[in-house]
Amino acid sequence: MGDIFVIAEHRNGEVREITFEMLQKAAELGQVLACGVTAVLLAGPGEAFAEALSKKSDRVLVFEDERLKTYNSDLYAGILAELLKEQQPFLTLMGHTSWGMDYAPALAVKSGYPLATDATDILLKDGQPQVIRQMYSGKLFSRVSFAPSEGYMITVRSGAFKVDEAAERSAEVVSMDLPQDLQPPRREFIEFEDTASGDVDITQADLLVSVGRGVGEADNISAVQELAELLGGTLSCSRPVVDKNWLPKYHQVGTSGKSVRPKVYLALGISGAFQHVAGISGAGCVIAVNKDKKAPIFRVADYGIADDLFNVVEALKAKAGA
Amino acid sequence: MNIIVCVKRVPLTQEVDLEIDESGKKIKEDALAYVINDWDNYAIEAAVQLQENLGGEVTAITIGSEDDEEVLRRALAMGADRAVRIDPGELVTDGYLDATILAKTISGLEYDLIFTGVQSEDRNTGMVGIMLAEQLGLAHAAVTNGIEAEEKAAKVFVELEGGIDEVSRIQLPALLTIQTGINEPRYVSIMGIRKAKKKELKVMTLDDLGFGAEALTPQTQIEEVFLPPETEGAEMIEGDAATIAETLIRIMGEKGVTV
Repeated sequence: MGDIFVIAEHRNGEVREITFEMLQKAAELGQVLACGVTAVLLAGPGEAFAEALSKKSDRVLVFEDERLKTYNSDLYAGILAELLKEQQPFLTLMGHTSWGMDYAPALAVKSGYPLATDATDILLKDGQPQVIRQMYSGKLFSRVSFAPSEGYMITVRSGAFKVDEAAERSAEVVSMDLPQDLQPPRREFIEFEDTASGDVDITQADLLVSVGRGVGEADNISAVQELAELLGGTLSCSRPVVDKNWLPKYHQVGTSGKSVRPKVYLALGISGAFQHVAGISGAGCVIAVNKDKKAPIFRVADYGIADDLFNVVEALKAKAGA
Repeated sequence: MNIIVCVKRVPLTQEVDLEIDESGKKIKEDALAYVINDWDNYAIEAAVQLQENLGGEVTAITIGSEDDEEVLRRALAMGADRAVRIDPGELVTDGYLDATILAKTISGLEYDLIFTGVQSEDRNTGMVGIMLAEQLGLAHAAVTNGIEAEEKAAKVFVELEGGIDEVSRIQLPALLTIQTGINEPRYVSIMGIRKAKKKELKVMTLDDLGFGAEALTPQTQIEEVFLPPETEGAEMIEGDAATIAETLIRIMGEKGVTV
């Protein structure tokens, strides 16, 4: 049987946490399947990522090239397709991140392996992988099987697997050559742009009063802003509020905004998509108010109120202002 | 600039209690309201804006039943020039099959850009657009939240985690998956709806596209669906609004936030 491959993800000189989360799950599956764990690294010359990966895998395959200093969809898909063809891994894991979403489906088509995305768990049934994943923004879970194949591909949700820091392995690091006939990329990196910094720093607040889609319209935000001020807190929000231009992006909590660690996070009309919830895992206490008593936010909140957010906002204002 | 935009109609599930049907593999959909997939709404707007600035034509495509034509009519009312519906009949598709069907439909058309949403609200796989790009041999970018068209190229802004955009230049033709918030989708006007009635809406079957039955085997299959476990979660606070407010202020105090 082929190995389990984990494609490493790195940005700005750091291996991203999702890589170690995938290696953790790969080690667990590898034990059951009696196969090894191979980390695959595409990086610029002299970048010292291989050592960290070698402690969590049995083999590290390193492609080093000036063009691989930053992520590139064409180069990743091109190099990895050749590698999979040559090595025939049983299972290939990639992050369900912006970059993983960018190259994994292309790689699946190139290699002919079936792909399941955004796994929150991976099971083995009769030696074949199956995936647990969410639908309808977390309101429904599903168990997904693959059509029989020589190899399988899965993208993994960030935070789905916990890294066991103590577990150490020791891998050989193998330097790989880029494919001879690698096509020049059709997309070229220019720069990174910080889009989430601005007048308010939501990462420093002890109390965040956070507003979501449930606020209904732009004009209603002032009532929540007033409450934040009365309570001595800072106003933040979830993605739909920024998408609709009701608040600037520097208020946004979540994977595409900021991760926050307030003592109290008051979530008003926020449904609790995983991208949002990932940004509040460091909060001391989460209090959620939502009309929908089945909203996913109640699964992660410490306290919940199933009510119209404005009832609670007005009552809090009356108490705090008194 | 000719643009193809792939769209989908999805059930509205926010603030709705989902029920699982007898098969155990999907939800009961009969009682649900349907809307355009949120991401696709932004994709249509992005296409129409480029067409308004640079000329060219916008074609909207969906895979679905007659009821799903609603989203095509919406795209036409927003400014798309023509629409195509692929009727899959009884075929149950996965992301890979959707991409395969779309690729065959699009391969005969002329285009500079193809847009899809980043993902659909129902299946949340985020794979159809990029699989489509690869099947057509196109350059692509996923999770696009900004586009500046240039001569035979485009500057694209891709949303990464942590409030960072990756700016890159992509050669055309290309496929971009469009992120919510990239623009402000216009409202559908009465005038738009009237104009849409005169525009072409073509229906094609899988036979018309030249697919044999054996060519369309899904790569993945849903074995079962289930509602999230209710074992853990928030301690629910009940009572009248004033009591709730008092309780919340006490809890905040205990957690170190003095009001």
